[in-house]
Amino acid sequence: MARMATTRRVVVSTIGAWLFGFLIFFPILWMVLASFKTELEAFAIPPSFLFFHWTTENYATVQERSDYFLHATNSIIIAGGSTLIALLIAIPAAWSMAFSPTKRTKDILLWMLSTKMMPPVGVLVPIYLIYKSFGLLDSRIGLVFILCLGNLPIVIWMLFTYFKEIPRDILEAARMDGATIGRELVHVLTPMAIPGLASTMLLNLILAWNEAFWTLNLSTSNAAPLTTFIASYSSPEGLFWAKLSAASTLAIAPILVLGWFSQKQLVRGLTFGAVK
Amino acid sequence: MATRQTQLLARTLLMPAVGLLFIWMIVPLGLTIYFSTLHYSLLDPGSGAFVGLENFRYFLTDPAFLASLQNTLVLVGSVLALTVLLGIPLALLLDQPVIGLNIVRLMVIAPFFVMPTVSALVWKNLLMHPVSGLFAWIASVFGLTPIDWFTDAPLLAVILIVSWQWLPFATLILLTAMQSLDEEQKEAAEMDGASAISTFIYITLPHLARPITVVILIETIFLLTVFAEIYVTTGGGPGLSTTNIAFLIYSQALIQYDVGTASAGGLVAVVIANVVAFFLVRIVGRNLEA
Repeated sequence: MARMATTRRVVVSTIGAWLFGFLIFFPILWMVLASFKTELEAFAIPPSFLFFHWTTENYATVQERSDYFLHATNSIIIAGGSTLIALLIAIPAAWSMAFSPTKRTKDILLWMLSTKMMPPVGVLVPIYLIYKSFGLLDSRIGLVFILCLGNLPIVIWMLFTYFKEIPRDILEAARMDGATIGRELVHVLTPMAIPGLASTMLLNLILAWNEAFWTLNLSTSNAAPLTTFIASYSSPEGLFWAKLSAASTLAIAPILVLGWFSQKQLVRGLTFGAVK
Repeated sequence: MATRQTQLLARTLLMPAVGLLFIWMIVPLGLTIYFSTLHYSLLDPGSGAFVGLENFRYFLTDPAFLASLQNTLVLVGSVLALTVLLGIPLALLLDQPVIGLNIVRLMVIAPFFVMPTVSALVWKNLLMHPVSGLFAWIASVFGLTPIDWFTDAPLLAVILIVSWQWLPFATLILLTAMQSLDEEQKEAAEMDGASAISTFIYITLPHLARPITVVILIETIFLLTVFAEIYVTTGGGPGLSTTNIAFLIYSQALIQYDVGTASAGGLVAVVIANVVAFFLVRIVGRNLEA
């Protein structure tokens, strides 16, 4: 009797979960399908779901007409560069706070967190004017810099929570054995910290790749990453849905894959360790 | 001796991060405060006179401010309500024994990884277009008149897009919190004959109080500055109907080139965000002690 109830429960919850999962995922699926249609079919009513003339010509057109690879390269440089620099600054800071905490460590951490809460629009004017006078508008280096600073608090926080979990005893043992700080860092800490470092890097790459306030406001063409490039489809001429879908599919595919790998860390990173 | 050396090293390692974040916070904010007291327009080279609080008076009494404040509150409130009220049952569902749970989880979390400009444009065109959008077709299949989303209900359209982006976030956090709930506690309640509903009300829901608070606070921080979704769909219009505070400040700064007023508006946005941040920092700080 109890077994019956359990089987029924599994069936009901499985159907329910798949149904809602499909509904939530549907807009993405619909976009991917549209990217393989011709412009006429993408626009057609009634819409065709699977039985249309599959074509990859949109992907070719997107590259030819709009220099897609330039913008993809910009995205890679901006997201990758800002993540690497943020890690270089954050690793020593998080290491120091996790292993040599002082009375003020908690205050420093919370203060760092509060800088993340400043709405970007509150400092849009001065940043725009500073960038204008230093010729940083529409430059990759300018975007690398601002995204790095914007995400630095999250990076430090995530690394801090990971470093905190490395057992202190192991460090003590290494010190007893006469390991110097340098050796301790290379041989003991680094191997234990790599999973935390990897997931911090992953989350930060995702955030930087999708950032759409500074990239929209500070870049127009040469340095424009994919966020800005896709935004240019908001004032299109003629039929453009299939091309928009193809460009969008290419823009989100790499990050979707990375994101799926980092679901667990996402919660931790975005709640600053408040939910684990 | 060694400990003092270690402390010195620790402080040196901390300095670059603290210094950079300090500059990042203080320089632009200081400039925003400074600009907010000037009559400063990029279109008027002679401008730059000190006007005291005049910009604040102008910004706060501008009808556009009240309209955009209202839009901001409606947007934030509706998205919060939708994501939390849908996120709880969805997380409950994913917490059940489901065949192929990993794939379902991937589908549910996916919208969060889509860049805002893509989700906004895909929804605006492929789904919400009044003639060729999928919603219009569905409506016509049921014999209904298709809604012209961005003309008749522009703010609702933006709310739906933003909610779709943030529902995965709320669901994932609530699910994580549910999974940390002690199974034995739930089993004990079931043994004692508690119904699924009372188990949910008396055990699961209290356990979720804190994660729900965290979801609300973090989403609020981000939702207060929703920008890209408005930028690529409505441009704040028609009229002011989808202009939120972030977009209003943007248009004053980079469309009307009124630096003084935009700076005053920026400070108003900072104050509003700080009210929320105050509570979030306290919750996180309490967690840091434990």
